[in-house]
Amino acid sequence: MNTEAVAGRSLRATRKWGELATLGTILVFTFALMWCLNPERFMRTSNIQSMAFQLPELGLLSLAMMVTMVAGGINLSIVSTANLAGIAAALVMQSGQSSPAASVALALLAAIAVSALIGFANGLLIAFVEVPAILATLGMMTLLNGISIVLTRGYVISGFPDGFKFIGNGLVAGVPMPILVFIAAAAAVALLLARTAFGFELYMVGTNPVATQYAGVDNRKVLLKTYVLSGVLCGLAAVIMISRFNSAKSDYGASYLLVTVLAAVLGGTSVYGGFGKVSGLVLSLVILQLLSSGLNLLQANAFLTRAIWGAVLVLVMVVNGILARDGGKS
Amino acid sequence: MKRIFRSSETYLLLVIVAFSAVIACINPNFLTLENGFDLLKSYSFMGIMAAGVLVVLISGGMDMSFAAVATVAEYVMALVATRLGGNILSSFLIASAIGAALGLVNAVLVYRFRIPTVIATIATMNVFYGVLIMVTGGKWIYTLPDWFRSFAGINVLSLDGPNGSTYGLSIVTVVWIAVIILSSFILRHTVVGRGVYAMGGCGSDRGPVERAGFDVRGIHLFIYAYMGFLAGVAGVVQALLVQTVAPNSIVGKELSVIAAVILGGASIAGGTGSVAGTVLGVALIAIMNNGLTLMRIPSYWYDVLVGGVIIISVVINALQARRKHRKVIEIERSKA
Repeated sequence: MNTEAVAGRSLRATRKWGELATLGTILVFTFALMWCLNPERFMRTSNIQSMAFQLPELGLLSLAMMVTMVAGGINLSIVSTANLAGIAAALVMQSGQSSPAASVALALLAAIAVSALIGFANGLLIAFVEVPAILATLGMMTLLNGISIVLTRGYVISGFPDGFKFIGNGLVAGVPMPILVFIAAAAAVALLLARTAFGFELYMVGTNPVATQYAGVDNRKVLLKTYVLSGVLCGLAAVIMISRFNSAKSDYGASYLLVTVLAAVLGGTSVYGGFGKVSGLVLSLVILQLLSSGLNLLQANAFLTRAIWGAVLVLVMVVNGILARDGGKS
Repeated sequence: MKRIFRSSETYLLLVIVAFSAVIACINPNFLTLENGFDLLKSYSFMGIMAAGVLVVLISGGMDMSFAAVATVAEYVMALVATRLGGNILSSFLIASAIGAALGLVNAVLVYRFRIPTVIATIATMNVFYGVLIMVTGGKWIYTLPDWFRSFAGINVLSLDGPNGSTYGLSIVTVVWIAVIILSSFILRHTVVGRGVYAMGGCGSDRGPVERAGFDVRGIHLFIYAYMGFLAGVAGVVQALLVQTVAPNSIVGKELSVIAAVILGGASIAGGTGSVAGTVLGVALIAIMNNGLTLMRIPSYWYDVLVGGVIIISVVINALQARRKHRKVIEIERSKA
């Protein structure tokens, strides 16, 4: 084995553990800081529960963003996909089904089907027509947004059956339902990425598409599946979002779009593709949530939270950049 | 001649002419000078920011923070104008200086710490905007000084309308035209401008650009400072157009400006794009928007149409690129 390969491996190891260690340190530090600043309220059940209610929306959308970034792409249409899927589900429930159970089941089906279909359309454009992902999904974002506005005329569709509201607001043995959905989805995506042939191919396509092609992988199929997966994750986010708001609208969650990129990158996902793990993403989501809940308890302005999120991202990128440079030198 | 037919600007111009013909058939008011001047005025804000985005895209970079930068510059400018006074020149100076300074922050993150441009600018967007709203509480500024108000009303070229009203080429449009000329000159005739193209052509690899003798650091500083400078100018223009300063009026428009620049033929991968194309891209967006209104199509169809046009145009571009690629392969095969 030549020295270059060994050096490469050790560099990769420091990169991998370095990033998780950086994130872990920031997580512990953030947690301690927020607890110190709110000694009484921060560890209360109510606060922990409210964090568990808030995290999943951004979490699912960030997962949807992450898988496309691992493939070397990006999905700018995640929020508009979620809104259209949510509107589809809401329209199904408004159409007056015979029983509430049937109505909820059909609504879930509609949300997932619509979002999968949108993911499929993105995948076709990116994998088969070879449109750059950022452009295809930018156009898709505007188009879906438009369709949502046309369907709703810009108004809110509200009022869902209790069974549906449970998904976003219910508690199972004291644990909020949305976080259970998120944990299940994150575990599924983690398994898919780490333990299946598809996951392996996904990292390969993201690292070097040409080499992957020559290795006998059908890149187009991998990309198509990736964008369908991304779409379905948006559909799940949509279900939780409209259930929590008890309404669907064309412009919910618009500010999430760039925050999902922030969360993914903070969690170690590379914008150039090929790198990114669910564990890192979950750590970064928890950091962001701890910051926002802690600052909220301090009655800080919501925009201070945004500023601090941005500052944390810069800090992590700078630290990782310096670590990578030192690791490369030694 | 062949080059003219192949350029994306030509296609875009044809699309614009076709669109305009359809709109003009349905509502003849579209082809009046008054409507034209009005569009040139109200889209100067987007056009100025688009020129900055173009420079960033040509270099192979991406900027998500320019709307936040424009907001910060606009807000501080308005605060100074209302509290301390000044004149229109000082307003432009303050806003563009703030914009350039914030742009330099991006440049340092991108050049010194090698943070990918999308990420660096998403981060700074959150920081700039978050701090602004936190400090100001998000309050709107309604009462701008009289000199600010009257400057916005100046027409360089005045014409009398049929019903006694006057209209003409607004001073705001002149600012846009100045930005177009300046950007075009820098990109085509200066070393720094050619360096911007060179950087985009080499992807994210700085080596070849450095070996070609370009000052890579200087080019980075220029790109993001220039984007910030134009964002600052655009901020003042926005305040001139609307005459109120709302901190949430610009943020969120990043992607539609980027879409206009891409419609204008700039490539996300860097290395290609022209000021003329960008102006046409903005014009297409403006005409589509205006046309829907004039054709009495409900405004909620607007996004469907724009999204459709973006998708169709990127698909056509992708298919063309593939055909070109195949031709190259065929030529190489026939040589072998």
